[in-house]
Parts: sequence; structure tokens; C-alpha cells
Amino acid sequence: MKQQLDDQGRLKHFLTIENLSRALLVEVLDSAERFAPVGERAVKNVPLLRGKTVANLFFEPSTRTRTTFELAAKRLSADIINLNIAASATSKGESLSDTLRTLEAMQCDMFVVRHQNSGAATFIASQVAPHISVINAGDGRYAHPTQAMLDMFTIRRAKQRFDGLVVAIVGDIAHSRVARSEIQALNTLGVAEVRVVGPKTLIPNKIEAFGAKVFNRIESGIAGADVVIMLRLQQERMNSALLPSAQEYFQAYGLTERRLKLAANDAIVMHPGPINRGIEIDSAVADGPQSVILSQVTHGIAVRMAVMSLVMGTQATTGAN
Amino acid sequence: MSLCLAGARVIDPATNTDKRTNVYIDGGRILKFGRPPQGFTPDETIDLRGQILTPGFIELAAHLREPGFEYKATIASESKAAAAGGFTSVCCTPDTLPVIDNASVVEHIKQRARGARAARVLCLGALTHGLEGNVLAEMYALKESGCVAVTNADHAIRDTAVLRHALAYAASNDLAVFLHPVEYWLSHDGKMHEGAVSTRLGIPGIPEAEEIIAVNRDLTLVEETGVRAHFCRLSSARSIGLIARARRAGLRVTADVALSNLLFTDRNIGSFDPNFHLRPPLREARDRTRLRSSIRKREVDAICGNHEPHDADSKATPFSLSAPGVSSFDTFLPALLSLVEQGAFDLNTAIAAVSQAPAEILGLSAGTLAPGAPADICVFDPAQQWTVSNNNLVSAGKNTPFLHQTLDGKVTLTVIDGRIVYNTNG
Repeated sequence: MKQQLDDQGRLKHFLTIENLSRALLVEVLDSAERFAPVGERAVKNVPLLRGKTVANLFFEPSTRTRTTFELAAKRLSADIINLNIAASATSKGESLSDTLRTLEAMQCDMFVVRHQNSGAATFIASQVAPHISVINAGDGRYAHPTQAMLDMFTIRRAKQRFDGLVVAIVGDIAHSRVARSEIQALNTLGVAEVRVVGPKTLIPNKIEAFGAKVFNRIESGIAGADVVIMLRLQQERMNSALLPSAQEYFQAYGLTERRLKLAANDAIVMHPGPINRGIEIDSAVADGPQSVILSQVTHGIAVRMAVMSLVMGTQATTGAN
Repeated sequence: MSLCLAGARVIDPATNTDKRTNVYIDGGRILKFGRPPQGFTPDETIDLRGQILTPGFIELAAHLREPGFEYKATIASESKAAAAGGFTSVCCTPDTLPVIDNASVVEHIKQRARGARAARVLCLGALTHGLEGNVLAEMYALKESGCVAVTNADHAIRDTAVLRHALAYAASNDLAVFLHPVEYWLSHDGKMHEGAVSTRLGIPGIPEAEEIIAVNRDLTLVEETGVRAHFCRLSSARSIGLIARARRAGLRVTADVALSNLLFTDRNIGSFDPNFHLRPPLREARDRTRLRSSIRKREVDAICGNHEPHDADSKATPFSLSAPGVSSFDTFLPALLSLVEQGAFDLNTAIAAVSQAPAEILGLSAGTLAPGAPADICVFDPAQQWTVSNNNLVSAGKNTPFLHQTLDGKVTLTVIDGRIVYNTNG
């Protein structure tokens, strides 16, 4: 994926973690570290993207991701417009290319894209005028790179390192763009082992080729892990040919206090949200001392500020003070 | 009119011919090759030295898009593209709108094809009404109106009882059935081969098991009903083994593979290139290796271009939303020659797989240069280089993975029934 880099090898779009260098990922994390204090100040903005217009293009509904992108853009002093484009509007009438032409005519500088189809952000980046940057806010099952980076940020803050870490990702790996981007980021940043944990119906074919070790039981999957990432189980997977019921899923794969004891003593528990309490995670764990779930949300804003300023070519260093 | 096609290397697998000679044509038929017939004076002689002359290519699956999808292509545009690509006969698939499930649609297509005065168009009738897999199509009427075979194309028949009855009914009418081995439940959600690449891209996969199950099911029903069956577009190595085993056991079935599956694998999809969105899907390197050897060993009879022209919008979209298929007529010959160049199989085998074999599958007297055969001929210059561009593609469909690439080999002359329909020789 050379497409997201410019001639100097700097980020032009942020579409996927695939093929990004370790140095570049560290640059995003370091930049986010400099943006993090902005949110703690009384005046929570910096003028980095003043005069720029960001369009949130959400072809798939989302509240949390859209809101954090909106906050990130506002803290960078950009103007932001939210467009919730129902899937039917593009599939029936206007083609996606026509929608993009229309938005370009509104003189936007950046598109933040969420779409139900894998590769949609890549496609959009291939179609837009050269001055426009595209950030992938989640496309199909392919990638959710800003979520992966905020998770890396959270891990680095908690553990101060990546080398030697064992990270277990538990749940519906097959349908998860978060898992794909996380596996790539963790391997690029040099953790010791990435594990994917779930029943065979939720583990995609040949995931081993992707740099992940497969476990079908949660007990062995999280044993000794330094980081346990629980994925949200989507409603449509329950009571289907993939899983018999939510109750059985919780019995077999739910993260309880008892099971968490199998992980390292200082293991952290993460979840991209929104949480299904009692389905993938017990409340006692979600609200417990090892949970960093709410920090992930806070970190999401700083990481998205970092990515937005990087793709727009503005100096992140001026963000600190 | 009478013709002398002079000085080309003549390859005719059906008569075991491969030599430099002249071919004489009169009254729409091949008179002979070699020395001129006594007292024969051709109306026209074309100097073809340095070129290769073969039987005209025969395409087993051409999605001509008319009636119903004229915004993609028309019978006129595609039969001209076929002729420019060396094809003298093409089989029109029944997935038009309306579907080719009654004689009036066949008549309409035949009339439009006559008007185009280019490649001959043969109709494949539907196996079930509307290709819906519920009610049998009027196969007797389809046969009477000239359909060369019946098929449900790649519209999977979900109900195995309907499939079984359809094959039995086709057998009663002595109609050949073109079977696309597709198992509905394992394939209808999928957009590419299920494997490491689909996992990386997060695209719903079509497992190999889908085709294996369908081939096993279809072989069982073919044996039971006694229908004449041709298996279309095998994509996996294991399917080849199943067909080969059935043939060794005495079952008379034929098979083809798509040229794209001989050329590419799922890795070519790279970063969501919709030009590699195909049905059946591109599978893995080991599958491609086996498909290539199946042509070499004649375990599979024919190579099919599976011509599927699309409008630009159908491909200008994220991979999963794009329409599957490649526009293959224009680049078919150079792509085939590239496989010969790579050593996948020899040139004579390649020519047999695109002329003699499809003619035999369809029961046509074409596909050979034997005296008395229809004068359906393709001549190409294997050394001529050309760069593929939107401007020089004759097909209305510009959806080819070869766009902007420089290819070796170009068709220069196409003769159908003794009539020159395409000629770039001086």
C-alpha cells in the first residue's frame, strides 16, 4: 500500500496499517503524546488546521468514532461537516464517484470515511483530487487504522514498550477490521506474540499467514498474556450458524475475573467499545482495576489529532504548547 | 468469393498440421491447403508470410449484454470485438434481460447478430425459467430455435431436485448442458477465493469446498441422468482431479477453464483491484499450476475467455461492490501466447483448446481446416507488439487488467464462412 505515502514517504492518506514502517507508527504515537495534554487544558484547541474543512463521510452509522473525529478536528481548529450517507442513496442513484465529485466541489480538504465495504477508503483515496487527504475510519472487515493506533498508544502508555509483550485478541476475528489493523500494528511494533482467540467459526482462514497464533479456547489463549483485547460480538452473529447463543458465548469465551487470573498479573484489558456486558466481558472486569477501556476513548482524540495533522502535513510539534 | 491465404505457418491440430503453406477457400469452405487446386484462380491472394494461420477461435462464454444491458455492450459491438480478436463463433450466455429462456429471445439475438456481420453468434439457452432455478426452461423450443446447449450460467440452482430434473429433461431432448459447478450456500456471500489474501483484505471468501461439492454433486447427477455435460470454468486443482477420475472411469464429460484462471491468482487482487474480481474466483498458485497442466495433459479440453464487458461505473467502486468479470476478446490471443511463452503448454495445444476442442464440445463442423470445413480462420502476427488503451480496445467493455500494458501478438485477419470480416494486412 504505497498509495497512502507521498513522494517523500510521508503520510498523505491514512488507509491501513499494512506496509507502514515501524518508524512511521512510532511517529504517530509520539505525535499523539504531544497532543494528549491539549485535551486537559481549559482552552482545548490549537490552530494547526485553521481554515481547513474536514468532511466526515459516514456510509455506515457510528456515533463514537464519528464524535471523536469531530472533537479531534475541532481541537485542531478545522471546520467539520458530518454527512451520514445512507447506503441506499449511493447503491441506487448516485454512484460513489459522483458523490465524491460533489463533495470536492464543496472544497473540502480531508475526508474521514466509514464504509461497510472492505477497500472503500482505498477506492475513495484513488478517486479524490490530489490536494485531498483521506482517513479511514473503518471499512468493511479490512481496516480501522486509527482504532489500532489508539490501542497501541494505550498499550505503550501502560507498558512503556512493545518488545516481549504477549497480546491476545479475543472474539470475532473474522468480521473484525479492528483485529486486522491491530495484528498488523502489533507485529510492526515488534511484540513477542499476537494471539487470536475464538471458535473456528469466528477465526478467518489462514490467519497464521498474517502473523497471529490461533487458540480456540480462551483459557489457553489468554494464559500469560500481557494485554487482553476483547472484541465486541455483533448482534447478528448471535443465534446464527456461527454461534448458538449469547449465553453460550459468554460461558465459553466471556472474560471473567476468574479467567483473567490466567493472564499475567499486570495484564491490561482493552475493548474498542461499545461493550456488551455479560456477553464478551463481565462487568467486574470491564470496571475493574486492570481495565483501560475508558482511557482508550480519551486517547482516541489525541491519536486522531495526530493522524489528521500528519496527513495534512502540519507540524505536530507545535501542538504541545 | 475465392481466396488464397499465402505463406503463413498453418496450424490445424485436428488434421495434425503444422507447416508453412497456402490455404485455398471457395464457396465459404476450405478447399484444401498445400498445392493449388487445378484450374483454381483466387479472386484475392493475401500475403501472410511471417504470420500464423489457425482455425477461427470459438468462445464458449460471451456475455453479449443484449438484450437488457446495452449500456455495457451490444451484440454489434461485441461480435465486432470478437472478430477483431480472432473469434469466428461465440456462444452468447443466457443471462440477458429477458433471459434466453424462450424462442423469441433467440430469434431477436440471431437477427441482431446477422445485422452486425461479424463473428457468428450461437445461443446458449437457459436451463431453468429466468435462470431462477425453480421451473424448467422450454428446452425443446430452445433447441428447435437453434440453441447449441442449455445452461443456468453461474446462477446456482439451490434445489438439487430441480437440478436433477433439469438434467434429465435436457437428456430427453438430447441437449448438451453447460454446468457451472457452483454451490449456492457456500458461494453467494463470497467475492473472492477464501484464503490468506481474502483474510488480509477482509473480503468475504468463496471456499474451495464450494466447487468441490458442486463438481461431486454434478458428476453424480450426470452419471445418473446420462445427459451430455460440459463443465465450465473449473478453478480449483481438486476439481481437475475429480473430472479426470470420472473420465478415467468412463464418464463422457468435457471441461474448460477460463484464461484468467490460467494467467492469474488471488494475489493479483493486490490492493482491491476490481479488474481481478472474477467468477469463479482466482485461486492459489498451486491451483493455477494444476489448471495449466490439465490443458497440457488434455485432462481439460478447452480454454474459455469468459468475455464479460462492463461499463466503467460497474468497476469504479470498492471491490466487493464491483461487477465480476473481464472483457477478454481484445487481449485473448496475446494472453494465450504469453502462457505458451512461459511454457504452460505448447502452441498447438493452445490452438486446439480454443478451436478444435470447443467445436467438438458444441458439435460444430468448424474448428478445423480440413477440406470441406467452414472457412472460419484466424491469422495472427505473434511478434506484433501493441499497447492496450481505451482507444484501441474494440469491445465496449474496457475492463481488462491489461490496460496500459504492452503485449506481444495481434490478430490481423479473420475469415468467417470464407468472408473477410477483419483484416489489417496491407
